[in-house]
Amino acid sequence: MKNEALFRYLLRLGDDSLILGQRLAEWCGHGPILEEDIAMTNISLDFIGQAMSLLDYAGVIEGKDRNCDKLGLLRFEKEYVNVLLVEQPNGDFGDTMMRQFLFDAFRKPLYERLVSSSDKQLAAIADKSLKETRYHLKHSSEWVIRLGDGTEESHERVQNSLNTLWRYTDELFYTDEVEAQLIVDGILPDLSGIKAEWESTVKHVFSEATLEIPANNWKFDGGRKGRHSEHFGHLLSELQYMQRAYPNMEW
Amino acid sequence: MSTKEWPLWEVFIRSKQGLNHKHVGSLRAADSTMALDNARDVYTRRSEGISIWVVESNYVHANDPADADAYFEPSDTKIFRHPTFYEVHEGIKHM
Repeated sequence: MKNEALFRYLLRLGDDSLILGQRLAEWCGHGPILEEDIAMTNISLDFIGQAMSLLDYAGVIEGKDRNCDKLGLLRFEKEYVNVLLVEQPNGDFGDTMMRQFLFDAFRKPLYERLVSSSDKQLAAIADKSLKETRYHLKHSSEWVIRLGDGTEESHERVQNSLNTLWRYTDELFYTDEVEAQLIVDGILPDLSGIKAEWESTVKHVFSEATLEIPANNWKFDGGRKGRHSEHFGHLLSELQYMQRAYPNMEW
Repeated sequence: MSTKEWPLWEVFIRSKQGLNHKHVGSLRAADSTMALDNARDVYTRRSEGISIWVVESNYVHANDPADADAYFEPSDTKIFRHPTFYEVHEGIKHM
């Protein structure tokens, strides 16, 4: 393999995109209004498009003739390294928008840094994805504000979404020897400012939405090491069904 | 739960620089911000536009279809209003 750390890092980015894209796709035909049904499936396709670019490139770095289909659809559960946040079930519309907002607020500053990666391919993928991500963040922030600062019922429900999902946010900032190696290699720029930027976005939006960040400091992680929540197997069985049932099928 | 319907909005898209905004359809949204986002998602996903206007349908005033004869028929017989009596010189293009 040309660069194992880069391969592993691309899987992390690609899996986050793929799994969140799959979750959003589950809304297809079930959106609360027609316009939002289309919006969520558009965003889903943005994420799946990003996953295809990232996983295809991971396959090139790995050099074992695996493309985005093989990497995306034929790995086993423990080989996926997405964060736990993105695999959490859709719940109601507020749960989905809260999950989306917490992730978008992280993805935007991340991509803003990756565009200056010395790895040209990674920088190009980040540049294309950043434009999509800016819209995703605008869309999810607006909904969090509407629901939080909406009716008594919508406020209470979306506050509950935040209370449930908050424990998965710390993992967004997980780093280990993979990122460290890539920073030494000069492939990754300094990522240390991302958390502060995320916190500032989150605090700003929650103050407009009149939502309270839960005091509970109980945090989960494990996704980056392939340890997933119980929901993940069900998600994979649907995601992988076609490739498993009809190996090598193409559309 | 509120069952009140969101207002209807008319959507206009400019497909490229220099062209007019054209009416493309309508949608429901709680306010103008949501209407613009929805219009973006519903009407520009195949690169149809570079600019969007939304107007609450309440503010569009239309003529009464019953008056159509009085409004439009009189102009049918005024062929002199069409510039068809001029000879276009040879070599002039794009007329």
